[in-house]
Amino acid sequence: MAREDRKRRQPDGDEAADEGERRGRRDKRPKEEKPAPPLPSEIRNKEKRSEVYAKLKREKKAQKRRLGRERGQAAQRAAELGEEVPEKQVPRTIENTREPDETVCRPDDQELFAGNDADEFNAVLKQVVTPKVLITTCRFNSGRGPAFIKELMQVIPNAQYVNRGTYDLKKIVEYANNREFTSVMVVHTNRREPDALLIINLPEGPTAHFKLSKLVLRKDIKNHGNPTSHKPELVLNNFTTRLGHRVGRMIQSLFPQDPNFRGRRVVTFHNQRDYIFFRHHRYIFEEKEKKIVSKDKKSKGETKTEKQINCRLQECGPRFTLKLLTLQHGTFDTKSGEYEWVHKPDLDTSRRRFFL
Amino acid sequence: MSDDVIWHCIRHNHCSFMAKIETGIFCRNPYNATGICNRSSCPLANSRYATIRDHDGVFYLYMKTAERAHLPKKLWERVKLPRNYEKAMEIINKHLEFWPKLLVHKIKQRLTKMTQYRIRMRRLQLKVREKIMTVPRKKTQRDLRRLEKAEKAAQLDKSIESELKERLRKGVYGEIYNFPFKQFDTILDMEKDELAPEIEEEEEGEIEYVEGDDIEMGDMDDMEDFEGFGDEDDDGDEDDDLDEPATKKPKLPGSDSRSKIGRKSTKVITEVEEDEDRGSRQRTRM
Repeated sequence: MAREDRKRRQPDGDEAADEGERRGRRDKRPKEEKPAPPLPSEIRNKEKRSEVYAKLKREKKAQKRRLGRERGQAAQRAAELGEEVPEKQVPRTIENTREPDETVCRPDDQELFAGNDADEFNAVLKQVVTPKVLITTCRFNSGRGPAFIKELMQVIPNAQYVNRGTYDLKKIVEYANNREFTSVMVVHTNRREPDALLIINLPEGPTAHFKLSKLVLRKDIKNHGNPTSHKPELVLNNFTTRLGHRVGRMIQSLFPQDPNFRGRRVVTFHNQRDYIFFRHHRYIFEEKEKKIVSKDKKSKGETKTEKQINCRLQECGPRFTLKLLTLQHGTFDTKSGEYEWVHKPDLDTSRRRFFL
Repeated sequence: MSDDVIWHCIRHNHCSFMAKIETGIFCRNPYNATGICNRSSCPLANSRYATIRDHDGVFYLYMKTAERAHLPKKLWERVKLPRNYEKAMEIINKHLEFWPKLLVHKIKQRLTKMTQYRIRMRRLQLKVREKIMTVPRKKTQRDLRRLEKAEKAAQLDKSIESELKERLRKGVYGEIYNFPFKQFDTILDMEKDELAPEIEEEEEGEIEYVEGDDIEMGDMDDMEDFEGFGDEDDDGDEDDDLDEPATKKPKLPGSDSRSKIGRKSTKVITEVEEDEDRGSRQRTRM
């Protein structure tokens, strides 16, 4: 079957190669007439310049395609001959060229696990205490702030909204401590647009200050669903470093640790390049029979079926992105607080350095 | 120089402390007790004058007399006033005993005003207040750009789906879903061991069955209507709005919730047939 495939394919390849050659010859002729073709940037006539540039680009693209095809053919040939298939090239991304961070935790990091057992979130995460969240705002809350809080309340079970009034945040923290809340969330709005999120873990937990951006509310999401009141399950992706672990555990401690899987609700905090993407979905698993039409000529029309388990998602908002600005030791205190981590502009000198 | 001559110069020629604004003529001289530019409260044109000044929260009573008018260095006599308002009053009374009553009154007024603003200042400083910060536009724009790229790199839906499937595979969900994973895995393994033909035969049998269904698509459409009509009744929020082709897929064999739904829907259909109430049926289908 594979041989036939090749037979069918080879003439195509030859033709393409011929074409390439012909094109090459055609390209060469004008070049021979003009000994040194000028760079497109040297041509002053815009029309001419764009023409030359387009041509150059086309050639580059064709060459790239040809190289790719050659690589594919080489791999196929090697596979048929039973030789070692050359390794597939992996594209360079920012993720795989990330600057090495010594705090990225390894699976056998005993120190980290011991630290986890001793940190502030342990009581909640070990299900000794059920999380209870107080949500409040900045002093002037308007615009999309109230709507956002309404949706946030649906996302976080056991959340309670308290009017900010003119209270100091320290007073509110005290109040929440007395009522045995486990965390306080403050949504800060600026120019009627939520732009910051403060999460305070109680009673003495750290305080994280996030920048909030790209907020999309439920009604602005196309084909959105409505969440049920089941306890959601949590997906925390890519929180790798020490700091990331800590932030991840902090976020985890906002949610109950015994999700109701029948609710099929999932709340995701996905970290990518220090941006934490929040998404809220409903999902469903489906068994799907995937038809694979075999390419054989003999068994033409015969189909294989392969049972696959599919997962389908429906977003039910809100959708936003967080970026950690500071992580403070202890509860909210800007004057005499001790910071575990502060984002400073001089940390931004490399775009391949990430902290979470 | 006589006070009157000085006042004449100030008022009718030029005074660098004078501030003429819409509401009146004011004085910027720090020694002025009232802040208004007139004959009686001008610190320059009065050889006998007293005022109170504030040096970082500490008040001093300043007095000048005609005897020291020729000594600019020693012109002002300074007395520190205690923090206590009443004690400060006593000291003012003591030092300004034989001074003109109007001036003494003005100074006492000034003391009251100053103590009040000092109290207010302290209170405001103790209070927690929001600090207004600038937002560097260039950095926010850069951040937004990087955010968009990160979002693309994250492939959120894909990563969430794979994570959920991984959980299903690991058995986090326990008995909720009854996908025949073991069979599925064994089939996959067998295919890898090149025992595929047998299974393919089996699958072929299944395929023929499916195709048979496909041929009767015209009938199937009606059936789908029935199913849809059943779904709308009790399954509306479950998955109808996920996406359209979902309803066409075969129902899961094992999941109990699904099978229940199927039974319900058939029940409804039979009822409709018994009644032969076509009008109502069409209405529901609409």
